[in-house]
Amino acid sequence: MSMEFLFASGIGWIVAVGIYLLLRGRSFPVVLGLSLIGYAVNVFIFGMGRLWSASPPILGTQPALADPLPQALVLTAIVIGFATTGFVIELALRSRHDGGSDHVDGQPDEPAAGADAEGRR
Amino acid sequence: MNVLALIVLLPLLAGTTLCWAAGRGNGPVRRRATAWAAAAVAGSAFALLIAQAPAVFAGQVLLQQAEWVPAIGLNANFRLDALAWMFAMLITGIGLLIILYAAYYLHTEDPAGKFFSTLMLFMAAMLGIVLSDNLLLLLVFWELTSISSFLLIGYWGGREESRAGARMALAITGGGGLVMLAGIVVLGQIGGSFDLSVLLTKGAEIRAHPLYPVALGLILVGCFTKSAQLPFHFWLPEAMAAPTPVSAYLHSATMVKAGLFMMMRLYPILGGTALFEGVVASVGLATMVFAAFVAIFKHDLKGLLAYSTVSHLGLITFLIGLSTPLSMVAAVFHILNHAAFKAALFMSAGIVDHEAHTRDLRKLGGLMALMPVIGTLVLVAAAAMAGVAPLNGFISKEMMLAEAVHAGSRLWGSLGWAVPVLATLGGLFSAAYSLRLVHDAFFNGPPRDLAGVHPHEPPWGMKAPVVLLVAICIVVGLLPFVAEPLVRVASAAALGVPPPEFHLALWHGVNAPLLMSMAALVGGLALYAGLQRGGRLHAYLPSGRGGKAIFGATIDGLFGGAGRLTALLENGSLQRYAGWMVASAVLLGALPFLLAPGEWPAAGPRALLPATPLAIAVWLMLIVVGLALLKLQRQRFVAVILTGAVGLVASLAFIGLSAPDLAMTQLSVDVVSTVLLLMGLALLPQSSPRESSSGRRLRDGLLAAAGGGGIAMLTWLVLTRSHDSISWYFLENSLTKGGGTNTVNVILVDFRGYDTFGEITVLGIAGLGVLALLDGFRTRRPDVDPLGRPWSYGIEPLMLRRVARLVLPIALVLSVYIYWRGHNLPGGGFIAGLITAAALVLQYMALGQVRAENLLQGAAGRRFVRWIGIGLGIAWLTGVGAFFFGRTFLTSAHGHPSVPVLGELPLATAALFDLGVYVTVVGATLLMLSVLGAASKENAKAGRT
Repeated sequence: MSMEFLFASGIGWIVAVGIYLLLRGRSFPVVLGLSLIGYAVNVFIFGMGRLWSASPPILGTQPALADPLPQALVLTAIVIGFATTGFVIELALRSRHDGGSDHVDGQPDEPAAGADAEGRR
Repeated sequence: MNVLALIVLLPLLAGTTLCWAAGRGNGPVRRRATAWAAAAVAGSAFALLIAQAPAVFAGQVLLQQAEWVPAIGLNANFRLDALAWMFAMLITGIGLLIILYAAYYLHTEDPAGKFFSTLMLFMAAMLGIVLSDNLLLLLVFWELTSISSFLLIGYWGGREESRAGARMALAITGGGGLVMLAGIVVLGQIGGSFDLSVLLTKGAEIRAHPLYPVALGLILVGCFTKSAQLPFHFWLPEAMAAPTPVSAYLHSATMVKAGLFMMMRLYPILGGTALFEGVVASVGLATMVFAAFVAIFKHDLKGLLAYSTVSHLGLITFLIGLSTPLSMVAAVFHILNHAAFKAALFMSAGIVDHEAHTRDLRKLGGLMALMPVIGTLVLVAAAAMAGVAPLNGFISKEMMLAEAVHAGSRLWGSLGWAVPVLATLGGLFSAAYSLRLVHDAFFNGPPRDLAGVHPHEPPWGMKAPVVLLVAICIVVGLLPFVAEPLVRVASAAALGVPPPEFHLALWHGVNAPLLMSMAALVGGLALYAGLQRGGRLHAYLPSGRGGKAIFGATIDGLFGGAGRLTALLENGSLQRYAGWMVASAVLLGALPFLLAPGEWPAAGPRALLPATPLAIAVWLMLIVVGLALLKLQRQRFVAVILTGAVGLVASLAFIGLSAPDLAMTQLSVDVVSTVLLLMGLALLPQSSPRESSSGRRLRDGLLAAAGGGGIAMLTWLVLTRSHDSISWYFLENSLTKGGGTNTVNVILVDFRGYDTFGEITVLGIAGLGVLALLDGFRTRRPDVDPLGRPWSYGIEPLMLRRVARLVLPIALVLSVYIYWRGHNLPGGGFIAGLITAAALVLQYMALGQVRAENLLQGAAGRRFVRWIGIGLGIAWLTGVGAFFFGRTFLTSAHGHPSVPVLGELPLATAALFDLGVYVTVVGATLLMLSVLGAASKENAKAGRT
């Protein structure tokens, strides 16, 4: 088994879990799903520079150096991904407050089906 | 000095701003000053045009050119020949009269600044149309007239009919302008230029081109919409909802003449063919007869004048269409005449409205006794409109009839006899409505229903423009040769060649046109007398059919259709949108593989890294975490922790695969975002109900498997192939050009500093967005957990407070160190910022929201906006600093100065930029946490009992 296989299948797995959560009908799983997809995409972009073992792109350390460009791209992407997560979670809060429920599936809230009637108001 | 540009810019810049500035107050002094400012600007433009008169009458063409966007052929080229001069004189001259009239017309509650500055904008647009040499520039002004006329027609925005009329005018004329744009682009493609001065020399070549009919058709649609020709005529009567000075200006001399001007301007290029003559002359003739007939039945004074205007525009269009030089002469002459008598009539209609408070011909009547001066003026102007000798309208109408007699068989072949008959019929209807206008309003018994209003003569300021215009009608009628020089040079400019010798005269002897003219007058009289008998005309009620109704139905249909389409696509379910998005992304991603010939791509030849036992263990952990997430996702608290674990695995992958910077960033982000998610969760339900049907779960599972499998496949294919990259450039030049050995950081703050600047701006915007969403937002926190156990609000644990106090200075020192070494070793502003933020978050947890907030003076997150501002400011100033050394934005400089005690220090301006990054990151992160914390603050305090 190679590192590349672990890497590729790991990304695919997290994307799959992320998509599944993204398609749930409440706001919080959607936030988590987006967050997971964000992680996976960052790692995916990083992988476009191929995998290098023990050769960080610091000059003067090793003869072979990893591709620094995807790393630079991903570094800012991680921080912006965090900002987006922050924005989306606060959006979810606001939406629940204004709409009275955390549904994102366009369904009206049916109080009988809710397991957490006290948390909803 | 570019005089022509100045003529346009005077009203465009000086006029609009002066009128706006003067008209901000609504006192009488202010109102007068506004009118004076408008008059001064229009007068200056008028004087500048007068100064050009000698050159224009000598047949010279003044060209003034300046480049604007040469790459697409759009240039600020202006052109003044006799045709442009004549129109520009009409625009500024009638404009001056309108300003004088409007100064008296507007009520004290009508804002003068808004009226006159919009009028100035419109005047500038019209001047731009007639003075442009470049067709694209012309089109810019063309659309500007649509927009400014929209504003003028809708001046009384509080009235429903004003808004509706303005919307319709904009839709029709603006839409026509877009069609014309297409035509002009085609024309420019054929002719190889958008400059009239070039195109005018290529007329024959363009007319022979196979695309000529396309260009002609599209451009004519634009002209017909603007000049209210059939079947686009219906917007003009609706535009009568405008204040009367606007109607008088737009619909006598300017806007509706723009279409005629355009046909004349392009006549040497597009005109003279059988196609041009057939379409333009036929449409014009039909419009003339139809609109004149409708005008008879209009009870509204302005409505009658509106249809009369459409009819006269049709007359001029008919003349432009006919391919004889003398018909162009007649067209030019009638434009002048129509401007004079129609502006006078519109202004008089406004005076009647002003004095009698109604324009309804069924209510008016007998006004001659009350307003003799205006009555006489209207009588003369209406006679000119009907074509009664010896007034100017008579002469141009005779010329039109003469052309109609000659053109018949050429235009419609065996049906040629119909052309002079229709032309006479148009004259007949025209006589009838003119007669009705005078008779119904000023004679025909005492006022029928004026609701107690007593009309009397208006002030002289309102009458003076009418008197002047009527005087012109009489003078030109009696002494037509005074207009001859202008008509001659203007028609020469429109034809492209000098017209044959002609003389404008009142009396040509007894000939066919004279007999037709007489027949029209007598017939008109008889028709009106017949209609009026027994009050039948007044009892007539118009049907609701016609262009306006069709337009309304079309618009309603469009809106209804759009609404149904939206309702069909958008049902408020994020699940559906996200599902479609994922499905189409998967499909689009897979499509190239499915369509490519040959077998499915296999792994590439790149030598792979062997998997270490540790890596396999981490991978297994990831699989388990994912499974647990799927299983336990409804327990939200657990799900957050599991998500954090995925982030942890990502940072482990970064460490193992030679990306120390990324590992540090991911780790600190993971900490902060887990805190953020938990804080958000505290205010949301703690668990998700089980509500997806098994079918939906299956569908989502399949989508997830397809998406994840696709990504995994793609990654595998890429990773097993070697690549070439532009990155090696960065590795080679990082030290020499960027002054740092940590290439990732050098790329961030130096090579691609601009990108980073954009990215921290996005970060700042996200922070501001959060603040905008939740500023002042308070929500009650649930008092019990999902199992019904009440939350307790204990004081923060002692251990945590001790540790936090100890950690803070260490973390800050660590941040400084990480920041400082970032240029050469893993670290930098982003990571240092996140570490600082994490340390401060720990203080929040240890000290409690309120105390930490007070210490940091965060003011519920609002103060952190300043941090973001300062950070972005530092980064921006660093970038701008390069300008002072003659470099471009964000060029960095670096050196190794020797400092006492500390020794040699590696310094780069990029470090300063990185400081900006650091401050922005700290500010944005704390802002998000602080805002979220503040949202539940009140309740937390209240619960602390």
